[in-house]
Amino acid sequence: MQPFNILIAVCLAYVMALFLIAFVADRQAKRGQLGWLRSPLVYTLSLSIYCTAWTFYGAVGYAARSGLEFVTIYLGPTLVMVGWWWILRKLVRIGRSQRITSIADLISSRYGKSNLLGVIVTLMAVIGTTPYIALQLQSVTLSFAVFAQETSSSGWGASDLNATALWVAAGLALFTVLFGTRNLDSNERHYGVVTAIAAEAVMKLFALIAVGVFVVWGVAGGAGDILTRIDASPIAGWDIKPGRWVSLTLLSAVAFLTLPRMFQVMVVENVDERHLATASWAFPLYLFLMSLFVVPIAVVGLDLLPAGSNPDLFVLTVPLSQGRDGLAIFSFLGGFSSATSMVIIAAIALSTMVSNHIVMPIWLSVSQQGATVSGDVRQVVLMARRISIALVLALGYAYFRLSGGGTALAAIGLISFVGVAQFLPALLGGIFWRGATKVGAAAGLLTGFVLWAFTLFLPSFGSSFILPASVLADGLFGINWLRPQGLFGVSGMDPLVHAIFWSLALNTIAFCVGSLASFPKPQERLQGAQFVNVFDHNPNSQGWFSGAAEAEDLLVMAQRILGPKQAQDLFAQAAERQGKAGFLPDTSPEFLQQLERELAGSVGAATGHAMIGQIVGGASVSVDDLMAVADETAQMMEYSSQLEEKSAELGRTARQLREVNEQLTDLSVQKDAFLSQISHELRTPMTSIRAFSEILRDGGMSGDEREKYATIIHDETLRLTRLLDNLLDLSVLENGQVELDLQPVELADVIERSVMRAGIEDGLNIQRDLLREKVTVFTDPDRLSQVFINLIANARKYCAAQAPELRIEVRVQGGSVEVDFKDNGAGIPIKSQAVIFEKFSRLGDHRAAGGAGLGLAISREIMNNLGGSITYLPGQSGAAFRVSLPIDATEVVRVNQS
Amino acid sequence: MNERRAPLFLERESYRQRRAIDAARLLPLVGFVALCLPILWGNGETDAGADGARMTSVGVIYLFGVWIVLIGAALVLSRRLRRIDAEQGTPD
Repeated sequence: MQPFNILIAVCLAYVMALFLIAFVADRQAKRGQLGWLRSPLVYTLSLSIYCTAWTFYGAVGYAARSGLEFVTIYLGPTLVMVGWWWILRKLVRIGRSQRITSIADLISSRYGKSNLLGVIVTLMAVIGTTPYIALQLQSVTLSFAVFAQETSSSGWGASDLNATALWVAAGLALFTVLFGTRNLDSNERHYGVVTAIAAEAVMKLFALIAVGVFVVWGVAGGAGDILTRIDASPIAGWDIKPGRWVSLTLLSAVAFLTLPRMFQVMVVENVDERHLATASWAFPLYLFLMSLFVVPIAVVGLDLLPAGSNPDLFVLTVPLSQGRDGLAIFSFLGGFSSATSMVIIAAIALSTMVSNHIVMPIWLSVSQQGATVSGDVRQVVLMARRISIALVLALGYAYFRLSGGGTALAAIGLISFVGVAQFLPALLGGIFWRGATKVGAAAGLLTGFVLWAFTLFLPSFGSSFILPASVLADGLFGINWLRPQGLFGVSGMDPLVHAIFWSLALNTIAFCVGSLASFPKPQERLQGAQFVNVFDHNPNSQGWFSGAAEAEDLLVMAQRILGPKQAQDLFAQAAERQGKAGFLPDTSPEFLQQLERELAGSVGAATGHAMIGQIVGGASVSVDDLMAVADETAQMMEYSSQLEEKSAELGRTARQLREVNEQLTDLSVQKDAFLSQISHELRTPMTSIRAFSEILRDGGMSGDEREKYATIIHDETLRLTRLLDNLLDLSVLENGQVELDLQPVELADVIERSVMRAGIEDGLNIQRDLLREKVTVFTDPDRLSQVFINLIANARKYCAAQAPELRIEVRVQGGSVEVDFKDNGAGIPIKSQAVIFEKFSRLGDHRAAGGAGLGLAISREIMNNLGGSITYLPGQSGAAFRVSLPIDATEVVRVNQS
Repeated sequence: MNERRAPLFLERESYRQRRAIDAARLLPLVGFVALCLPILWGNGETDAGADGARMTSVGVIYLFGVWIVLIGAALVLSRRLRRIDAEQGTPD
């Protein structure tokens, strides 16, 4: 069997093995059996996509051309990894806590979720990465061509090369679409792909070491021999160019941080921050081993192979020239692995950026109803990813066809490096400087990009393509200091160093000036604080990953919010749907979505989202979440304050009702008491009237007796009439319906009339001071006299002294006049003083008094109507009542009107 | 600072941890200087193989030697730092 056919067969078998590895890993991850998938070893190996075909083939070619300079490309990343505590640790922490999906996402998110920056970074990344992908296609096709040449003397034509490149590109697109866009993980982690990449990393390391070991101990005579061979080779002298040495070391360090594919494996695919600690020494070791045999292979290749053979392919051609076809095929697989792994990750990284920052915003703005149906957006995102992957690979292929595949591999790689290095100021400024703003970032990125394109990218196409030769020689518009490779009059500089210096220097200046001169929006400032102070805010973000712990924590949280029964039912149902027994379902996106909806019903959408996010993503709450939470809280607070107000109002009303009710109850009791009193008062005379009228009806008695009985009936009837009159009077007075005949009168006249009408000729001695009684009051004389008569009559009736005596004293006191009625009797007991003005209150034997007990009650009502008062004066020698009434007419009128 | 007071075990430990972090921060700077040192060797314009010139073979031994020392130092430090990182969120 011909070596080429064997190669094709081995190649296909290898690809199938990769598919299998990716498939198995994906299945295990889906089951939650992560195990070794999340070991630090896999993480370290996945970082090896830094070593592309450019490393595998190009490093040897680089060494054959320029000696040791190639090693700078690996020293830069070594320094970054060794110094992980500075930058990488912070970058990974931010990436995890903010759920960063790509470097474009990081920069856009840091500067206030600016979509403009996302688009700029995405476009720059696509433009910068396309040549790199073309480079990988070229290296694969060239290596195929080497074997084809070996087999058939005629060799391969250009059409065969192009066809191979097309097939490879299509195959890679298929693999990436299959495993890179299988599901839409919010964390953007692809276990299958990463595991396959790790396998490829092992493959390329072993392949290069195998070739190296063969060269050192198979071709040469061991390490010592190799050193003497180096001294004898064309690259014996180490022609170190200080500018290039330093700037290439720094450039590779920068590119290691900013390459989209490196960001993808280093930050996005990182499952545990502690892996970084292991990778900090393990990955430099990997790079060390990859570089160790580069110089020996280059030296031996230069020695063995005829002059003019392509040094980029020494890794293949040296074993082939020694008749080691098996080793050559192994080496080919190593190169193939390098190329494919890089292309796959780069395509995933770029497609994420393109779909998130370009396709989705456009789609969402075009279809207004947008993300109402949940499955809707997922499909669109996945489709956008797939199309983006195909597009990225198509671009790479197009670049490959356009550039003709002639340029040395290293040159293309470095151009790409400088392009992505332009992200550096915005990236580092974003995570270390809170003053960095969106305007500054955009200014820096655009400045750097334009300068990169003008000084490095466009000139790389040659003097006839896009940039005319005249511009290259004489500068833009013929201005000498605008020459692409001699900006601002700088001349004699290495074009690459020139481009690195000017693009990064002006980029940084524009970034700083733009940041200092502009003022960030609130969202930007918040994000800035969160990024720069990521360790303060979120000290322990790791740990929420493994499926079981997560579901358990979710259950604990859900129980707190929904209640134990409901939460357990919900989880049990979800577990049943997933075909699992027990309470803990897998935390699939569907389940989380459902749970979030449930929680949202209880605590509001934004809070629910934030709560689930806290547990599932280990992510901190975004500003949008916080604002939504604040809105909801404000609404709730407003609502609750309204409720409070209403309940206070209800409380007041209830209190009023209670008071009114008490009054009503009191009134009802009073009314009952009054009715029973009335019936009692009415009943007593009615009983005697009925009894005596029955006696009269029966007849059989003398005239005297009849007259006596008729007199009793008459008296009782009079008493009844008086009682009813009094009741009527009282009712009228109490309702304030009384008609008062107000007029100025002399108080003495009123008292005189009252004394006369009281009928006290029998024994009550009345003492008056007539001079003092000369007071004119404005009042109703008849009513006032009624009060006086009542008081005088009472004194006559109740005064039990041997020589009853009543003193009437008049005194003007302020605006009112007081009339005191004092007798020399026993007075009224203290306990009775409070009730004497109540209706039907009679002290002692009422028959003796002959009244209904309404007199004082009526007197009090009259005095109220007259604007005055009647009170009992305690502490006198006998019973004493004080009647006071206003002198001023207005007072009387005011009282009557109110 | 206060030498007379006997340091508690924890204080001494956290003091060591701080210094480990300092060392981790210093390492890339030291590495960069060491890797750029060959620039200062001899004269760049000297012809290959002449006296005092930089030789690729010497360069290979020197660079890979520095490299492996850096890796070793990173290995030692990463074991300490990983423990610190696990214990406390941020020591700085």
